[in-house]
Amino acid sequence: MVVLWTDALIFILIFAILGLVIYLRGKEHIKRPLQKIAHSKAGMASLVVLLFFVLIGLLDSVHFKPANTKNNEIISLLDYWATPLREHGEKTYSAPFATTLYSKEIIALEDGTTQWGYPRLTFGGNYLDNPEAQQLADVLKKTGYGFAQGASLAGFFILGYLGINYNAQGKKNQAFALSSIAKSVLAVLFIIVSFSYTLIYLSAYYHVLGTDKVGEDVFYQAVKSIRTGLVLGTLTTLIMLPMAIVFGILAGYFRGWVDDLIQYVYTTLNSIPGVLLIAASILMVQVYMANHEQDFTSVIVRADMRLLFLCLILGVTNWTGLCRLLRAETLKLREVEYVQAAHALGVKQSMILLRHILPNVMHIVLISVVLDFSSLVLAEAVLSYINIGVDPTTYSWGNMINGARLEMAREPIVWWSLSAAFVFMFTLVLAANLFADAVQDAFDPRRSAE
Amino acid sequence: MINYIIRRFLYAFPLLMGVNVLTFVLFFVVNSPNDMARMQLGQKHVTEQAVTNWKQQHGYDVPLLWNSDAQRQEKITRTIFYQKSVGLFLFRFGVSDSGRNIGADIQERMWPSLALALPTLCIGLVVNISFALMMVLFRGSYLEQAGIVLCVILMSISSLFYIIGGQFFIAKLLRLVPISGYEDGVGAIRFLLLPVLIGVFSGIGSGVRWYRTLFLEEVEKDYVRTARAKGLTETQALFRHVLRNAMIPVLTGVVVILPLLFMGSLIMESFFSIPGLGSYTIDAINSQDFAIVRAMVFLGSVLYVIGLLLTDISYTLVDPRVRLS
Repeated sequence: MVVLWTDALIFILIFAILGLVIYLRGKEHIKRPLQKIAHSKAGMASLVVLLFFVLIGLLDSVHFKPANTKNNEIISLLDYWATPLREHGEKTYSAPFATTLYSKEIIALEDGTTQWGYPRLTFGGNYLDNPEAQQLADVLKKTGYGFAQGASLAGFFILGYLGINYNAQGKKNQAFALSSIAKSVLAVLFIIVSFSYTLIYLSAYYHVLGTDKVGEDVFYQAVKSIRTGLVLGTLTTLIMLPMAIVFGILAGYFRGWVDDLIQYVYTTLNSIPGVLLIAASILMVQVYMANHEQDFTSVIVRADMRLLFLCLILGVTNWTGLCRLLRAETLKLREVEYVQAAHALGVKQSMILLRHILPNVMHIVLISVVLDFSSLVLAEAVLSYINIGVDPTTYSWGNMINGARLEMAREPIVWWSLSAAFVFMFTLVLAANLFADAVQDAFDPRRSAE
Repeated sequence: MINYIIRRFLYAFPLLMGVNVLTFVLFFVVNSPNDMARMQLGQKHVTEQAVTNWKQQHGYDVPLLWNSDAQRQEKITRTIFYQKSVGLFLFRFGVSDSGRNIGADIQERMWPSLALALPTLCIGLVVNISFALMMVLFRGSYLEQAGIVLCVILMSISSLFYIIGGQFFIAKLLRLVPISGYEDGVGAIRFLLLPVLIGVFSGIGSGVRWYRTLFLEEVEKDYVRTARAKGLTETQALFRHVLRNAMIPVLTGVVVILPLLFMGSLIMESFFSIPGLGSYTIDAINSQDFAIVRAMVFLGSVLYVIGLLLTDISYTLVDPRVRLS
């Protein structure tokens, strides 16, 4: 088992969230907004999608060195299960479900002569004798077969859930009369499970989303990119939260020179255009890495460090907005009666900050965390395009887009890398945006008053 | 008023000083000039002599903060910190690592940037505000619901896809405009059409949502109810009262980014190969030209600080309740 830096931070984050959940369980003031989220159809459906992505990301965060390998490579649990996908590389581009390469080559025939044509793929549909005639039927048959298996799997679990529900409720007519929210959640679950099962089933026979320039499976790349997106979206907030909360509350509560100093710091940071600050920092990290090559033993460790640096830099550029919001809110809160009363009763200032101010600004923190998530995922793609994003060897949607962009001029066009990145990114960001809306509706006092 | 402006100017000075120190730490302390020289000259087979030469050429051969070899005030002035930051404050950006004059380059390249960014901002503003007003006008209807859903979908798509999609369908398939390039004078319109269109389109999702919340907040207020009670139609109330009052936050949001328009948009310019400051910066990042990146960081902060000042002044002009003190 190898623990990379980002893995460790992810697991710390998970434990922190679990701890928070246990601490907040049964607290009345947190129950009401949570129930409001649970009653939002879009919110719950998007939560299911998000959790599915998180699950994949977590599987991809458990790294280890396989026992029987010759070279010094580190793989994750996801890699281990996707070994066929990982190792079934082709020579170069091939279209989704193709049985031949995308470009013509000179093929050496068995009788010694050569022929100009599309060579067969090494793995995609290699068991077909006559691909042109059989391919469509085979793809349809395999899709139907995979979907039937996936759907029955999903159906089995959903029926099991309904059965439990039935027993628990005890009444005949209520068990199947689910609320519309439960229906939509189950529908999303059914689609996710059956759909991903079909894809996994098919990918054993074909390259479902084609292969890229060096012949790597695009489906595998897109799935691996999920972790990068999630890491950037969550770890950045984890890094910026302490700074934003501590400075924001201190500035608002103590005012005076503390306020001036903190305001000065965040205005200075804010006045540097974000992209340029990130660019400058990443340039410096590159120089540092180039001069300290011996510290980064393997490619994956190096890429991981750069990902962490990127989170750190994004965190430093992003905390100012939240800090300003918290400062304004604390300025309001410190004049409220219960804070004044605590002050008059002689409660220590640190206690006031911890007990009275902090819990009452947490809704702002929560809202800004979920709002920031989607913008960070989107930012990754742009930064990778300018070459100041994640390491070029890291799987990320930004790198996929960047690689595919150069092939736009090709005739006929290589569209699958781009579309795959688009679909995965769009799903994640859309789910995150919808969920953020639900959270905002539930926790923002201004909105819930309506 | 004049007093206030002068005071704000003086406040800008420590800010820029802070930016300068920050970039100095980032560029010269985290990595020594030696590291940079090695990076520029290639990692392997670099002789000491080559490194020294490179440092001398670019003026990095003096100590960072304190020159103990020099005479009196030269102890401070003959250092990297002094030489590299005083020039920035006087807008003398010096020479790039590839030997070009940065100041001249910036002057030449900021106009194409502006030609792209200004129309994008103006058209985007008009489009976003009209859509937002429409959604507020039809609030509570299915039309608004559809609009909200559409906004969320639009803002979930990465701007890269708008650019790639636009270039592919409009420029490559339909051949309505050239894919990329630039030309001085009136001919530029042909090249700017698509980037402006895409820039406006990619901003619609988040823009409309933002303006909609602004307008909705305003619509609930008492004076609007009074206006309706007086017998004004919903449209009249919206355009005469709500729009004018909501313009204050809209205006301040716009004014602060106005000076930054000179900096251009990084991805737009490099996708459409427009020779503006955005693509200049990207080229500098890619070729690891530290002098240019430093100059652009400083220029960006100066423009931002000017934007803050303009915002404060514009507040007093449009909102009589705000007094500068």
